[in-house]
Amino acid sequence: MTGYKIAFKKAFPYTIPVLTGYLFIGIAFGVMYAEKGYSAWWAVLMSLLVYAGSGQYLAVNFFVPGISFAQVIFMTLMVNIRHVFYGLSLLDKFNKMGKKRWYMIFGLTDETYSLLCTTKVPEGVEEDKFLFAIALMDQSYWIIGSAIGGILKSVLPFNAEGIEFAMTALFVVIFVEQWMDAKNRVPAVIGVVCAVLCLQIFGSGSFVFPTMILSILVLFATRKRLEKEREVEVCQ
Amino acid sequence: MPVSATTSLLIILAVAVTTFATRAVPFLIFPKGKPIPKTIEYLGKVLTPAVIGMLVVYCLKDTPVAAAPHGIPELIAVLAVVILHVWKRNNLLSIGAGTVLYMFLVQAVF
Repeated sequence: MTGYKIAFKKAFPYTIPVLTGYLFIGIAFGVMYAEKGYSAWWAVLMSLLVYAGSGQYLAVNFFVPGISFAQVIFMTLMVNIRHVFYGLSLLDKFNKMGKKRWYMIFGLTDETYSLLCTTKVPEGVEEDKFLFAIALMDQSYWIIGSAIGGILKSVLPFNAEGIEFAMTALFVVIFVEQWMDAKNRVPAVIGVVCAVLCLQIFGSGSFVFPTMILSILVLFATRKRLEKEREVEVCQ
Repeated sequence: MPVSATTSLLIILAVAVTTFATRAVPFLIFPKGKPIPKTIEYLGKVLTPAVIGMLVVYCLKDTPVAAAPHGIPELIAVLAVVILHVWKRNNLLSIGAGTVLYMFLVQAVF
């Protein structure tokens, strides 16, 4: 167990933005699920086993008589398909993590992916324990949020309108951090431009997967240039 | 509950397995011990900044640009986060202040 305590301690500050975001969108999920007639235990069960933000929001609609499992699987695939690519950036890191890697793969949400890929492991902490601590804490916030929502069964007594912006702000901050590193700028611009373009063409409901495909195509098309840039970066 | 407990449980399991499957795909194609092709290694490196860029757009996708308030609260709050972060480089400050500013803008100003 040695090493875990320090890993959790060091990882916690990095997860605070996710804590804020997950607590509130978790509460919103718990409330939505409670409105369907499910107790907080069910919300906790789903957050424990599924663990997906937009996926669980969508899943609330599956609990109606006559829903087919083919439909459940298809709709879930559509909303989560972007995750197919996330592991590509973490193959090396996760493969060094032994049995823990299965939990890491399970916990690969947008927010955790972003933290895992962009956080530098602080000195004096083992990398695998640090990454595991981030993943586990993130999920615990999500579970706690959904439990609170399921218990309250209604929105918070204070006006929390706009609190979901915490998630946007988190990604903006990570974006800026990445931008400081010059070799990330071209891929970052490719991601934004492809997303805006696909948003215009496919609409807000279904632009994510086309964006991923288009970004990958453009990243391959610019590979020679980008790899040269990365080499120059290393040489300097 | 609109459907039985057994059906509810099965639905949750179906969603759970499907979600896990999407996340596991790269690890099944490139299992432990198998060398990762250079192409995939390259993609893994450049994909992260592109995905983060996409996620920023994803978070703002439902902002009404044509109708009032034309996404002005979002624009102000995002700019505030960027400026604050370039200036102070403190994650919590940038995110905390940006969120409070956004809440104030949508609740009290617009």
